[in-house]
Amino acid sequence: MAQIPESLQKVRFYQTGTLTVGNRLLDAEHRSVQATLDRSNSLDSGHRACQGCGEALGARFAIDAAMRATDNRLIAANATGCLEVFTTPYPETAWSVPWIHSLFGNAAAVGAGIAAAMKAKGRKDVRVIAQGGDGGTTDIGFGCLSGMFDRNDDVLYICYNNEAYMNTGVQRSSATPGAARTATTMPVGKDPGNAFNTGKSVPLIAMAHLIPYVATASVHDLHDLEHKVTKAMGVRGSRYIEIFVPCPLGWGSKPSDTVKIARLAVECGLFPLIEAEHGEITGVTKIRSKTPVADYLKLQRRFAHVLKPDNAHQLEQLQAIADRNISRFNLVDDQGGQE
Amino acid sequence: MLKQVEGSHAVAEAVALCRPEVISAYPITPQTHIVEDLGTMVKAGGIENCEFLLVESEFGALSACIGSSAAGARSYTATSSQGMLFMMEAVYNASGMGLPIVMTVGNRAIGAPINIWNDWGDAMSARDAGWIQLFVESNQQAVDVHIQAFKLAEQLSLPVMVCMDGFILTHSYSRVDIPEQEQVDAFLPAFEPRQVLDPAVPVSMGAMVGPEAFTEVRYLAHHKQMEALELIPEQAAAFQQIFGRDSGGLTKSFECEGAETVVVTMGSVIGTMKEVLAGMRADGISIGALAVRSFRPFPKDTLRACLQNAKRVIVFEKCLAVGMGGILAMNLRMALKDFPIRVHSAIGGLGGRPITRANLRRMFEKGIRDEMEEPHFHDIQMDIVERELERERAQRRSGSIAENILQDVGVVAAAKTI
Amino acid sequence: MKTPFAITLDVGSSLLNKTGSWRTERPQYLDRLPPCNHACPAGENIQQWLYLTEEGRYEEAWRQIMDDNPFPAVMGRVCYHPCETSCNRGQLDEAVGINAVERFLGDQALINEWRMEAGTSTGKRVMVLGAGPGGLAAAYHLRRMGHEVTVFEASPQAGGMLRYGIPKYRMPREKLRAEVARIEQMGVALQLDTRIDDVLAARDEGAFDAVFLAIGAQLPKRVDIKGNGEPPVLDAVTVLRNTELEQTTGLRGQVVVYGGGNTAMDVGRSAVRLGAKKVTVVVFEAREHMPAHEFEVTEAREEGVTLICLRAIREVHGDTVTLEKMVPGEGRWPQPTGQFENLSADVVVQALGQNVDTALVDALTGVRTAEGVVQVGADMQTGCAGVFAGGDMIPSQRTVTTAIGHGKKAARNIDAYLRNGAYQAPEKHEVVNFDMLNTWYYSDAPRTVRPMLNVMRRQSGFAEIVGNIDQEAATFEARRCMSCGNCFECDNCYGVCPDNSITKLGPGLRFKFKYDYCKGCGLCVSECPCGAIKMIPEDI
Repeated sequence: MAQIPESLQKVRFYQTGTLTVGNRLLDAEHRSVQATLDRSNSLDSGHRACQGCGEALGARFAIDAAMRATDNRLIAANATGCLEVFTTPYPETAWSVPWIHSLFGNAAAVGAGIAAAMKAKGRKDVRVIAQGGDGGTTDIGFGCLSGMFDRNDDVLYICYNNEAYMNTGVQRSSATPGAARTATTMPVGKDPGNAFNTGKSVPLIAMAHLIPYVATASVHDLHDLEHKVTKAMGVRGSRYIEIFVPCPLGWGSKPSDTVKIARLAVECGLFPLIEAEHGEITGVTKIRSKTPVADYLKLQRRFAHVLKPDNAHQLEQLQAIADRNISRFNLVDDQGGQE
Repeated sequence: MLKQVEGSHAVAEAVALCRPEVISAYPITPQTHIVEDLGTMVKAGGIENCEFLLVESEFGALSACIGSSAAGARSYTATSSQGMLFMMEAVYNASGMGLPIVMTVGNRAIGAPINIWNDWGDAMSARDAGWIQLFVESNQQAVDVHIQAFKLAEQLSLPVMVCMDGFILTHSYSRVDIPEQEQVDAFLPAFEPRQVLDPAVPVSMGAMVGPEAFTEVRYLAHHKQMEALELIPEQAAAFQQIFGRDSGGLTKSFECEGAETVVVTMGSVIGTMKEVLAGMRADGISIGALAVRSFRPFPKDTLRACLQNAKRVIVFEKCLAVGMGGILAMNLRMALKDFPIRVHSAIGGLGGRPITRANLRRMFEKGIRDEMEEPHFHDIQMDIVERELERERAQRRSGSIAENILQDVGVVAAAKTI
Repeated sequence: MKTPFAITLDVGSSLLNKTGSWRTERPQYLDRLPPCNHACPAGENIQQWLYLTEEGRYEEAWRQIMDDNPFPAVMGRVCYHPCETSCNRGQLDEAVGINAVERFLGDQALINEWRMEAGTSTGKRVMVLGAGPGGLAAAYHLRRMGHEVTVFEASPQAGGMLRYGIPKYRMPREKLRAEVARIEQMGVALQLDTRIDDVLAARDEGAFDAVFLAIGAQLPKRVDIKGNGEPPVLDAVTVLRNTELEQTTGLRGQVVVYGGGNTAMDVGRSAVRLGAKKVTVVVFEAREHMPAHEFEVTEAREEGVTLICLRAIREVHGDTVTLEKMVPGEGRWPQPTGQFENLSADVVVQALGQNVDTALVDALTGVRTAEGVVQVGADMQTGCAGVFAGGDMIPSQRTVTTAIGHGKKAARNIDAYLRNGAYQAPEKHEVVNFDMLNTWYYSDAPRTVRPMLNVMRRQSGFAEIVGNIDQEAATFEARRCMSCGNCFECDNCYGVCPDNSITKLGPGLRFKFKYDYCKGCGLCVSECPCGAIKMIPEDI
């Protein structure tokens, strides 16, 4: 066993460090926005998201962080989807930020328009976020998103990725992983569920636009998420953050497992947490303790068939994808993956 | 200032005078020259505090305007034809949200078959979208109506389309009086949005509305358009006071008072018609014309007032509701439904087919004789149609109609020259 | 702003939608019992004083210990810390070094001369017999409750086995003296060198209203070993007492100790320090069944003590000790083999345990003894009204900590007795097991190693062998605590609620559920690191 750490190292140990939302032992400046009494609660109570909704959580995390970073001078444009429907059914809105929903496929363009308006009016202080689910981002909104990246509009686009069209009843999107069950990729026949070797990585595509900042984040790692949103708000130009948000309804998981599933998705390597600037990867969040993909899959009914002996090849394929992510992005620290 | 300029350029100058804050641009013929010129003006510093967005599609173009308008910026874009269809979802959205965007439609036919020339298919595709649709007859009017459009849009919090015939107006050079900036500033106040995305006073725009309120929302949209029926003439009058020109308004009469027969139409074709009608009147025929300048809202009462004493109305329009007939005619018939007036429907100029004085007069005379088919297809080559129908009867794999007809036109043309 | 009907909505309107009606289960904050607290024989609220230490609130932490145990500096040295054995962190990496932190806090109190005050006087008088840990603990607690207390001790010094049983290298005497002195400063009277033979007479003479007996188990247990008295066969109690009194111990040359418990190790290790040439501990049990704590055995061997297990001493004759080899039998009890071997020895010490001198209670009517120890009720009272007993003289683990726990428990019952009532212990909370925790949230951190004196110095004197940990190390170690079952305000619940249905009440005040909006998803329960939230079904 190692000798007592030298005094400086000891002082830097804070029980849960930055793994928990707050930590009374940390300086206030190192605590998360979510830990504060005066967080903006930009997405407030009374919304109609399902129990344990990862998207509701991710949205409050992200927008509150952005509000903090912009001194509450923020406007959000929202694509059609769960997030829009559950937050703004007439006559109630759960948003406390200025917010607009236009269409399913145009959030990036609406955001670009707002940013242009602010620029024209000389309101440099007001910043813009456009947001949507994976369907509104990777599929129907992809043209507008790419246009926004191309023009380098001063907008942070946030994709809340729950890997399918949940609002319409769980259909496959181009963010749905291989083998996953959706209403349009049922677990029947040979190779049940969604086909492998399909789909796309919008973070990597975003990087190909050479925009100033691209990152992926997860609801299980709040400090990482807030760091990325804050960093993004400190940059001008087009930025993209994709947040992994488990969906209990669509994934067939327990509402209480939402954060756990997000954690396992990252810890098994299926959802790498990366940062990139101007097309180059500048950082990865290391896996804390590497987990087999099966641990992640078994909590979700959408993958139930993968764990049957007949479909062992699917499990292998998913593990291979995770392993490839780990080696491609160097997700496991040689020192054993510390915080 | 009088200038000999292209229609598109005149419109660009007019838009620039309105001090737009955000312009989004996507190329589609024949509106392209407008946004090209605006882009140059913004880049050259000719429009202060204006952002010019080069978007990736018409859908993006109007969507960006939705964002910028909601954020309180005077917003403008232009489109034509397929572009209108591609942005259609946003067209409905902009009006549903009550965003005072002004959009020029360089009217062009809709494919297939693809066709870049003028008709009103694009504007008509959006006739029920909740926008105000103003049709202009000349480039001077295009200039004037754009200036009025911003004021109207912002006063009502509704988007406005200014519809001008593609090529015929957009690409033609004519003498246009470009107003002075002071005149425009005197007419058009700064944009004070009815709703705005503002961190100081946050609201949520674009809520989901269910059966409990949707009817009321729709009623209010209709009500707003009815309000426009009063506002449009008021603004035209106010415009005339400052600029000295009679531009805009709901309709424009061309000696239709007391005429037995009145031709009703929209857009630039009135220019050719005026000459034809003058000739007919000189020949003792009681005939006048009425141009509908505001198609949406549709000025039913004004039309009734203008047409109540006519015996017959010939509606000439450059659009077709396939399977039904003339769109303007349908609207007009509804307006005149309890009057004993015969309404003939003539459809012509589709896809840019030239409308000549000679064929117009033949058509009007047929109307006056009450011998018009319903609807009447102006200047149609029935031999080509018959040949295609014959082909289709004969063989299952008769091929593409468009290709066949092009071939027939060539064959017919060749036969005629021999 | 006059906004378009229905399409544009004003902020805050969703609060009208009380989503709490969706719920079938509700989360509830609770304090569960951490395993350390549960395991502590003295009933310390360990989690709580570690919590205070984490923030550098050392005096508050110390006072938290003092609520249950008046000897932090002593216990931080001699306690066998069952708290650490039960610590949930042991299942994650290694148990929290609770004992080291306790010692740090105890020493801080001595350095800073933190004091405790007596309670408001009740006018009642209690007599305590025995100034060992049990007697002194009872005296301390009774004094805090406002009673007059006199402790009678037959030995010249207070401390009981802490002084006369545990060697100095584990229990430096100045720490003991200081912690006893602090109790005296509260107004507890200590009468040393005073042996009481007639309890009731002494009680009446001193006009005491209650008596607490805590005289320990001081009589050495001996087995008869054949032999001619040469070499001498001594007993551990006497040897250790003489060591403390700096009198001749008889430990010289080749020393053979007979016994497998901690006392055997104490004797063996003392013999090393007193200059014995060779020290051998003969153990009846198999190595794995030795009652001595592992660290004692390890340290003894480091210091040169030889261990021979599964042997019985059959004869001591001349300079030879005859051992019979044993083999493991049923359970822990070894069986003889009939095979013998010899060992040379200059002295043999029996360290086979102690008995209670029951002569004191034999005279008391109503007091019952069984298997050599005094029987008491759940209220620590003997069969003789107003006479309570605790520590090694009643059935117990016979550790210092147990005795201190008895002292506290007896004091509470005596207090109730003096007020003509009965002490009602508060209901115990559910104990937190490892599965109730979400340990992902705890930073990786190896346990702090306590510095040890090097072997050469250990072999040559009675200097304390386990060193202090400094303030930073103590704080570090405290921060390894996972706060099992007790909210430590990590804000996880407040953060992970997708419905923003938790109110943060501010530092030290914890949190409150907004049941109007809580949908009952249970995320707060899953993500609570320490298991301080529980879902309970709604009445629907």
